[in-house]
Amino acid sequence: MPINYILPEFEVERNDYRCIRCRVCERQCANGVHRYEPDGDVMLSDETKCVDCQRCVCLCPTHALKIKKNEAALRTNANWKQNTILEIYKQANTGGVLLSSMGNPDPFPVYWDKILINASQVTNPSIDPLREPMETRVFLGKKPHEIERKANGEINTELPPQIELELPVMFSAMSYGSISYNAHKSLATAAEALGICYNTGEGGLHEDFYRYGKNTIVQVASGRFGVYKDYLEAGAAIEIKMGQGAKPGIGGHLPGTKVGADVSKTRMIPEGSDAISPAPHHDIYSIEDLRQLVFSLKEATEYKKPVIVKVAAVHNIAAIASGIARSGADIIAIDGFRGGTGAAPTRIRDNVGIPIELALAAVDKRLRDEGIRQNVSLVVGGSVRSASDVVKAIALGADACYIATSALLALGCHLCRTCQSGKCNWGIATQDPELVKRLNPETGKERLVNLLTAWKHEIKEMMGLMGINSIEALRGNRLMLRGVGLNEKELEILGISHAGE
Amino acid sequence: MVLLNAKALNHQSLNQEIKSVSHDVELTNVLGQRFIAAGLSDKTIDIHGTPGNALAAYLNGATINVYGNAQDAVGDTMNSGQINVFGNIGDAPGYAMRGGRIYVKGNAGYRAGIHMKAYKEHLPVMIIGGKAGSFLGEYQAGGIIIVLGLTDDDKDIVANFPCTGMHGGRMFLRSTCDGIHFPHQVTARIADDETMETVRPYIEEFCGIFGYDAKEVLDTDFTVITPDSKNPYKQMYVAN
Repeated sequence: MPINYILPEFEVERNDYRCIRCRVCERQCANGVHRYEPDGDVMLSDETKCVDCQRCVCLCPTHALKIKKNEAALRTNANWKQNTILEIYKQANTGGVLLSSMGNPDPFPVYWDKILINASQVTNPSIDPLREPMETRVFLGKKPHEIERKANGEINTELPPQIELELPVMFSAMSYGSISYNAHKSLATAAEALGICYNTGEGGLHEDFYRYGKNTIVQVASGRFGVYKDYLEAGAAIEIKMGQGAKPGIGGHLPGTKVGADVSKTRMIPEGSDAISPAPHHDIYSIEDLRQLVFSLKEATEYKKPVIVKVAAVHNIAAIASGIARSGADIIAIDGFRGGTGAAPTRIRDNVGIPIELALAAVDKRLRDEGIRQNVSLVVGGSVRSASDVVKAIALGADACYIATSALLALGCHLCRTCQSGKCNWGIATQDPELVKRLNPETGKERLVNLLTAWKHEIKEMMGLMGINSIEALRGNRLMLRGVGLNEKELEILGISHAGE
Repeated sequence: MVLLNAKALNHQSLNQEIKSVSHDVELTNVLGQRFIAAGLSDKTIDIHGTPGNALAAYLNGATINVYGNAQDAVGDTMNSGQINVFGNIGDAPGYAMRGGRIYVKGNAGYRAGIHMKAYKEHLPVMIIGGKAGSFLGEYQAGGIIIVLGLTDDDKDIVANFPCTGMHGGRMFLRSTCDGIHFPHQVTARIADDETMETVRPYIEEFCGIFGYDAKEVLDTDFTVITPDSKNPYKQMYVAN
């Protein structure tokens, strides 16, 4: 075999004194790292196959295993980093486009971590959420610009269709195909229990999950997989996917190997055939064309569903959002460049798009300046990692947040970033029946409910300490935020003052 | 059949009217109203005048006859049903349709039948009686696209870039296709009798509707184009 120059990225450290040769690690590893050698009664490892998913470590009954970064390293070079060199070897070996998963791992600034939240002291006292009612419920959709009265003087309370959420967090789009049936079931059942929504992604809606319709956002993307009348009518809202933060401007394709019987049925495409979802919608070349798709969906569902338009956060996002807000869409979802993916070309994931914090602040300001903020609700995603990120997003102008990586972590994902292989040892990003059953949807639901119940409590605590008892009063309340270590331009875009000001 | 005058009705009111009656509907004075019959699953709609864009989007079983020209995005994501256009049709007809039929007597614009799919009993068929514009059947993943070239002009049967990214289904062009360039991932050959038999019923139906002699139409060479692979991008990537 010719030399491929690839250093194993990880090292399997097995404590031979603790190892009882139970071979759990061997059975658990879909990548085939571990192997028992009867001749000599030893467990051996092929570290070239290891992705550091930690499955074997977590399941080893005697805690005999550790996966460590391989210390064998190329000579240090600040310009030619080891990864950069290995990527060149991989491409020279194969001629392939580098393919990665999950969000951008590079050390770009995380603005959430440079923003601090205000608290009430002495005057405008804080509110104790354990004692006083705190409202975290939000409604997403078009709002009237002013209070309208009927002929008899009563206030007109009829609103365009809205999504009602018990807390301003939703599970963002992950298709059945990119993640497993059990992962989808966990998300659907958790969304129902929490009074929020999950999102089908562009892979259609499995027939078993139509019953969670009022907690489902159904997606329409350029490939139109699984889109038909019943699907459009099944959800609480319809989302048109124009872009995704992890791969702005490009499409996706689910390889035919992942299109088994069930995925084929849900996407309504032949088994084993690539599911190609190209970069643009080939019928949308303008805001006017987008408006046409928005209204064709509204016509088909008799104006009963809010329509969301999801775009990636890119350089001109404020102008783009302004166009969308005039397209008839009810909600704009913006996905930042750190958002996750089941597979994206590495170069695109790591180099295209902008941070969601800046995009959100710019869009909110632009829509306010133009007097059209009420036309739409804003939902932001692309690495919302905690309740404090949610609070900061709301204060920067979001109506709600989309989370996906956080939700997958709750389901047991260890962020090994190899979803594209389809061999997820945690049963999440896979269609292999043996792997899928490792994720128990009951447990999955419980863990998701736990996560967001905890976040909800934290959100209430943070609202309380600001003296705010309704999440609506926090939205766009940038006085509650201060920046640390940010330059003037960044503060200007975020629309916040520096700490101490 | 209920007669409905579409004059001065906007698309929302027009669709409400159509949905409110339980009979078939004949529309007169249609002038550019979009989204007519979106998602409709029952009845027949006869349209006189010119319907606007996205006619019969998400169509779910209804029959639409257009006695004139149709505009862009006809039958977007159509699931089942039938659309007969007695004139020309605009751009992107049958985008991602997975079932049903779109028959056009005249010419089609750009991007006809792109993303066409097929699924189990759903087998979409699009027949264009005249010539087709560029990007015909781009990303076609299933179904049948037939172009007959029956209009009397000197245009090629299909303009540039047919079958780009095609990875399923079949395309039939009533021509030997000399000088037409197809991408590398498809095979174009003259259809044999056995292959033609599989599409004969559709062509006969088309000819019945628009008053052509099916025997005459079929009595010439058709080129059939099929993809070489269901997985055109398989070797393109390396895990990182």
